[in-house]
Amino acid sequence: MTKVENNKAWWLVMPVFLIVAFSAIIPLMTVVNYSVQDIFDPYTRYFVGTEWFKQVMTDSRLHDALIRQFIYSFTILAIEIPLGIAVALMMPTKGRGASLALILVAIPLLIPWNVVGTIWQIFGRADIGLFGAMMAELGINYNYASEPMHAWLTVVLMDVWHWTPLVALLCYSGLRAIPEVYYQAARIDKASRWAVFRYIQLPKLTNVLIIGVLLRFMDSFMIYTEPFVLTGGGPGTSTTFLSQSLVQQAIGQFDLGPAAAFSLVYFLIILLVCWVFYTTIMNMQKDK
Amino acid sequence: MAEITLNSLAHTYSDNPTKPEDYAIREMQHIWHQGGAYALLGPSGCGKSTLLNIISGLLEPSDGEVLFDGKRVNELKPEERNIAQVFQFPVVYDTMTVYDNLAFPLRNIGVPEHKIRSKVLEVAEILELSDQLKRKAKGLSADQKQKVSMGRGLVRDDVSAILFDEPLTVIDPQLKWKLRRKLKQIHEQFNITMVYVTHDQLEASTFADKIAVMYQGQIVQFGTPRELFENPAHTFVGYFIGSPGMNFIDATVTEKELSFGTHTLPLHPLLLKRLQDMDAQQVKVGIRPEFVHVWDGANDDAFLVDVDFVEDLGTYKILTFNFHGILMKARLSEDQKVPQGKAYVSFPEQWTKVYVNEFLVEVDHD
Repeated sequence: MTKVENNKAWWLVMPVFLIVAFSAIIPLMTVVNYSVQDIFDPYTRYFVGTEWFKQVMTDSRLHDALIRQFIYSFTILAIEIPLGIAVALMMPTKGRGASLALILVAIPLLIPWNVVGTIWQIFGRADIGLFGAMMAELGINYNYASEPMHAWLTVVLMDVWHWTPLVALLCYSGLRAIPEVYYQAARIDKASRWAVFRYIQLPKLTNVLIIGVLLRFMDSFMIYTEPFVLTGGGPGTSTTFLSQSLVQQAIGQFDLGPAAAFSLVYFLIILLVCWVFYTTIMNMQKDK
Repeated sequence: MAEITLNSLAHTYSDNPTKPEDYAIREMQHIWHQGGAYALLGPSGCGKSTLLNIISGLLEPSDGEVLFDGKRVNELKPEERNIAQVFQFPVVYDTMTVYDNLAFPLRNIGVPEHKIRSKVLEVAEILELSDQLKRKAKGLSADQKQKVSMGRGLVRDDVSAILFDEPLTVIDPQLKWKLRRKLKQIHEQFNITMVYVTHDQLEASTFADKIAVMYQGQIVQFGTPRELFENPAHTFVGYFIGSPGMNFIDATVTEKELSFGTHTLPLHPLLLKRLQDMDAQQVKVGIRPEFVHVWDGANDDAFLVDVDFVEDLGTYKILTFNFHGILMKARLSEDQKVPQGKAYVSFPEQWTKVYVNEFLVEVDHD
């Protein structure tokens, strides 16, 4: 059969192209536009080439924020992924208990970011908050407003509380999808509980874990609201992450050019890291 | 190595069973002898898999006992019973290589690595998996995966029996035959008790020395393929085994003979006496299509019947005829004359079986 050349078929992809153009490409182009020009007003602008990018790449404040950001994201991944799997494994699978557990686990997911920040802001205060008071009772001088380490840990704790349920629910659904016969075969093979987890459950969870890792990485890498509500990025710069720096630069100082260049670099970092995660996990599964 | 005894075994999934229909397995007494190759044959939902899971310990029977070599094992978990089971859908550990899959059951019980190696290589050789050992199990085809799951049962020296739960369902037809032969060879080589669950009579009779036919939670007959064919103990066996199945006609017992429609069938006096003593109500006469005699012309024994149609199945033909409103079938050999419109048929006494309440009634002829 000969292939029929018909370029009219391209019209069929038009709607998708338009939607993507308006939702992603055109807004992104605006940012590109700002990143290579120095714009004063609609009639006054100068092309500056890679000037802003050079400035951004050598800005030590941004370097610090980037390092802080990576440590933060990897910390919460290192906690949330194993914890989420553990919670999913412990959740009941049948009866009323199962529905109840699902609801309880899902509750943190329903709370908006800034509310989470406010909750923990109050919760962590030694004078009016339960958590703060508890720490004080234990003899720990916990104060997120003055201790950088405490502020940082509070933000981590907040995120773990808020988002571990997402990982847990993903894993729970993944675990439910494993046919009973695998467990039966494992019993006949006299597999230990650990072997069942290592060779049946974990491999079958790979796909949901990829989703979990990518979602949690992207989200945590863009974290803004919680530290902003808690301490506004302080004390000092201890909880000033990348998006916080970006907002300070773009809206605080109104340096739109460097901020646009920074946005693009930021975007590329996220893309790169996601790609690395994805290909690593996929390669781990491959048939040798 | 073990002899498996099912002692007054019954199982129900309901909490308070009242009638026999509530039982997935109705009370049964059965022995699987050490070293036998057995098939458990029956239609979907007759309780075959339930019975298999009870033997392996995945399910605890609600009544009765399972004995291995005379020892009660009801309370033992599957991992304590030394049983291997191969499931309908191949179970392999995806992330492991074929070698590691085969070694897995041995590693779990702490066998030293050099022993594992020789055993795995031996089993891989038998299953023709030697060149696949380094591959990840995930990439294997369905039949290779199924061989791996069988292999996991064969590597263990301590295995008392291997249970197969319709293991060839997902395998391509041409490979099915090969794998079944492989199983047979393995059975001869290892002298392990094997129980093979299937709903395919051909599969059952090529694999097994003896077949247990299950129907509505009961084993209705346990015998060689030949016995099942020639002497079905239950109408279901007659109907399920053979293609087409046995012909059945409702009949009544009279003083001198067995009558159906306007015809009568002479019976052996002992059998007639027995039927009369039983005061049998639900009587059926059964005869296999292969044993219905189709004559070329009229004679004293033959009944005249209307021919409905003839199906040509290649090497033989199936004649469907109307006998007093009951459609019956007879098998014609290739060179036999095909009757047109009318046919003369007779039912040889030797092959005419009498069933009361669906069960065969027999007497010793000697």
